[in-house]
Amino acid sequence: MYEFVTGPLAWFSFTVFFIGIIVRIVLYIRGLDWKADRVTYRVNVAYGVKGALRSIFFWLFPYGTHSWRNNPWFTFWVFLMHVGLLLTPVFLLGHNVLLRERWGVSLWTLPEGVAEVLSILVIVAAVLLVLRRIALPEVRLITTAYDYLMLAIAVAPFFTGLMAFYRAPDYSFWLVLHIICGEIFLVAIPLTKLSHFILFFLSRAQLGMDYGIKRGGMKGKGLAW
Amino acid sequence: MPEGNLCNKKTVDTKEQLQALLADKSGKQYYEEMNHLEVDREALWAAIKKSFKSRMKTWMEVCSHCGLCAESCFYFIANKRDPRQVPSYKIQSTLGELIRRKADVDNEFMQMCMDTAYAKCTCCTRCGVYCPFGIDTGIMFSYLRGLLFSQGFVPWEMKIGTGMHRIYQAQMDITSEDWVDTCEWMAEEYEDDWPGLEIPVDKQNADIMYTVNAREPKHYPEDIAEAAILFHVAGENWTVPSVGWEETSLAMFAGDWAACKMQVESVYAAMDRLKPKRMVVTECGHAYRATVIEGPYWAGIETGKTPVESFHYVEWVAEALRTGKLKIDPSKKIKEPVTYQDSCNYVRNAGLGEVAREIMGYIAEDFREMTPCREHNFCCGGGGGLNGIGRYREQRNVGLTVKRDQILATGAKLVVSPCHNCWDAIRDMEEIYKIGIRWSFLKPLLISMIEVPEHLKPKEE
Repeated sequence: MYEFVTGPLAWFSFTVFFIGIIVRIVLYIRGLDWKADRVTYRVNVAYGVKGALRSIFFWLFPYGTHSWRNNPWFTFWVFLMHVGLLLTPVFLLGHNVLLRERWGVSLWTLPEGVAEVLSILVIVAAVLLVLRRIALPEVRLITTAYDYLMLAIAVAPFFTGLMAFYRAPDYSFWLVLHIICGEIFLVAIPLTKLSHFILFFLSRAQLGMDYGIKRGGMKGKGLAW
Repeated sequence: MPEGNLCNKKTVDTKEQLQALLADKSGKQYYEEMNHLEVDREALWAAIKKSFKSRMKTWMEVCSHCGLCAESCFYFIANKRDPRQVPSYKIQSTLGELIRRKADVDNEFMQMCMDTAYAKCTCCTRCGVYCPFGIDTGIMFSYLRGLLFSQGFVPWEMKIGTGMHRIYQAQMDITSEDWVDTCEWMAEEYEDDWPGLEIPVDKQNADIMYTVNAREPKHYPEDIAEAAILFHVAGENWTVPSVGWEETSLAMFAGDWAACKMQVESVYAAMDRLKPKRMVVTECGHAYRATVIEGPYWAGIETGKTPVESFHYVEWVAEALRTGKLKIDPSKKIKEPVTYQDSCNYVRNAGLGEVAREIMGYIAEDFREMTPCREHNFCCGGGGGLNGIGRYREQRNVGLTVKRDQILATGAKLVVSPCHNCWDAIRDMEEIYKIGIRWSFLKPLLISMIEVPEHLKPKEE
């Protein structure tokens, strides 16, 4: 089983992940329409690029925008969760050991204690976000089962990973489950609304170009996000 | 497919159609007929498939339902944090549902969409500034309005408005003759006080082609005279076109994109005909947005720019003050606390926040900003055509309370509002809530403050 999930299934999930992301990018850009979107993407490109970069940059940092600052706790946990989601799997010692075994290459790795804390914080953040969804009427109304499923898919690899790390009874069960959960996560990124992994950048760039080219970017200093 | 005599999928292109609509007081029959209007699902789905592309598709798909847009929406605040006023909810339950159902929807659903697209969103686009993914719900509601218009689900006044644009190339029944007569009349009326005052019509190669909002010739002709006086004092070489003088676009609010194109092309044709160096637009927010910001796209101009460079009135005023064409008498500056209303249509949609502050620096001694302001300012409460729609008066009046409280918090009793729509909303706000404020366009304030050169003053008899 271990061989299967770290072999063919891993190849399958990484293929879906990478190709899916490329397809997302291509489809997004091909679907842009200067006339319908009312943004001259190909004219005044310098203003467009500037607008796009500003639009991404300010939002990429916690408290970089009015919206992040207005919601300090939400921002804190959302950023913490995303840092954990992105850093832990890439720089985890265990993953890199596996990588070296298979391909003879590996990346710099996080100290195990840090990876452990990050994983726990991802779970804590997800729990808090779920509680927020339930507690705030304006969020509760718009929340769907799909939103909870997304959180579950994102958190499952961390929960199962920690179980394996702590050598819970049935270690190999947790390990295989962890790998499967990670693979589900990978596949889900291009196929579900977790596609914001890449669409965040594209959508932000688009609105940034709109502001940079048409909505005042050529007249003022650019929108104070 | 049953359609009403007044409420139908047809556009209003003749005076007879227009008269019939106008004769139906408050749209009583119109809205009654709307209850029986059938949805052409195939046409609607075909329209969506053709026009719903990656930008909006992504917005609709990736929304995490985080609710950060809630507090960005003045309706959410004005309606005591009613969750049904969260932008994400409003768009998902209308356009989102329409798409999920592949346009398999009924009359009731379409009316719900119309009520939401007009009475719960003024397309102020503030939510887009607060969404981490840059989801601009205002743009999507504007798109939804277009779909609704194509199916005949549009408020009575908006249907009339689009008809006016289609027939008169103006939002009101002002013909080219009416317009030119008004200009002549105003020039004569004010000539005694301002010797040599002119309103030059159709002058070729002027430095400025000035264009207006049809309400000015219709209801506020003195506004045109005031513009003329200020150009006169500033020594501008200016003109107005006899045709193509109207900047506004109720068609934009109604989502009648064909009429939008017709309207702006009438202005661009005037530019081509008169060859001015630049155009200046009167103190109106949506007019400027329609003709200068969005218009080139409707007309298919690939640079996204108007045929000659175009400026909003606030830009011209700031420039005139900066270059000394207009000089303010320091003793006549506004002494009392005064605040400034940023119009969504040119602050969030054209970035004209800074020039407004420059002007206030010249004319006011105690200028007080609203909180929030500039690109983060709230809609006046009457944007997106809402001021003019009787059916949604109550919702509009509730929405006004956010702006009311913003104004009150500044402590100022005077609000400078260089936008017809905001100006109306603030006027109505005073009428309804009686908070003891005054409101003004820039023109009358400037005329009361400028230094007039000796040779432009009337000769003593």
